[in-house]
Amino acid sequence: MIINHPLLGPRDSAEFVYLGDAAMIDRPNPETASPQDWHDYAYLRENPAGEHRELWFHEGGDRSWLVITRNTLTHEISKVEIARDVARKMGRSK
Amino acid sequence: MSVHDLTPITALGATTAQADTVADLTCTEVTDLALASVAARLGQEKNCASTLGKLLGAPPPDAGKATMGTPYTAVWMGPEQWMLGADFGTHEDIATGLKAELGDAASVTEQTDAWTGFDLTGDGIEPVMELLSNINLRTLAPGDAQRTTIHHLGCFVICGDPHAFVRILGPRASAGSLHHAIMTAMKSAL
Repeated sequence: MIINHPLLGPRDSAEFVYLGDAAMIDRPNPETASPQDWHDYAYLRENPAGEHRELWFHEGGDRSWLVITRNTLTHEISKVEIARDVARKMGRSK
Repeated sequence: MSVHDLTPITALGATTAQADTVADLTCTEVTDLALASVAARLGQEKNCASTLGKLLGAPPPDAGKATMGTPYTAVWMGPEQWMLGADFGTHEDIATGLKAELGDAASVTEQTDAWTGFDLTGDGIEPVMELLSNINLRTLAPGDAQRTTIHHLGCFVICGDPHAFVRILGPRASAGSLHHAIMTAMKSAL
């Protein structure tokens, strides 16, 4: 499997480490979150048969975190983004 | 024993840099390199890049690139992050010097003794690098630099000339393992 790194081009998937659901970026606001919000954030994950956004770490490369949109049925990767850019679009790190 | 009796040693444990030649390719331990990492702080990316530009005499390198200059050489590590190198004899305090120039625009961390370097010079670099890592050296141009895995170790490969000169930076604590891997690949490929 080849992952098209947005900055470095096509790289072998063996260079990457899989973390899991990219929804982990969307951490609840500590000022306003309820215990239920934290429970859901910590324990609940979607398990779709189809497109899934997930976090991958380029450990054997530039150590960047990526958000990869992968089809769990076909393993086709339709989108690769730098996780930092995704988080900033969501209003984080400002 | 007092402190001034200590003997400086290289990453491989000798007092002089080790050089090994297989066929027409030589692997030389790099012992004269001072290193520091520079990471631009949030909101200070432009200030950091412009100061680095003045220090390097050229804009800081983009993804997958290195800028070779005097006194500083820079290698791209990640978005708004670079590894800077200079001659150890004149820039042993590289991190202090860079911090004085960059101020609050960047975080600077000394990396000199975190890494060790091996220079491959001569003929036959391509087949050796094919055994060592995922990098397709044949597609690289002078001035390209990639971080990759060699022998399970995270390393930088800086391409001076894909046919004649490549510098490998790897973790100093694993210098012996990295050297062993390079020597094994050289003996196998050449």
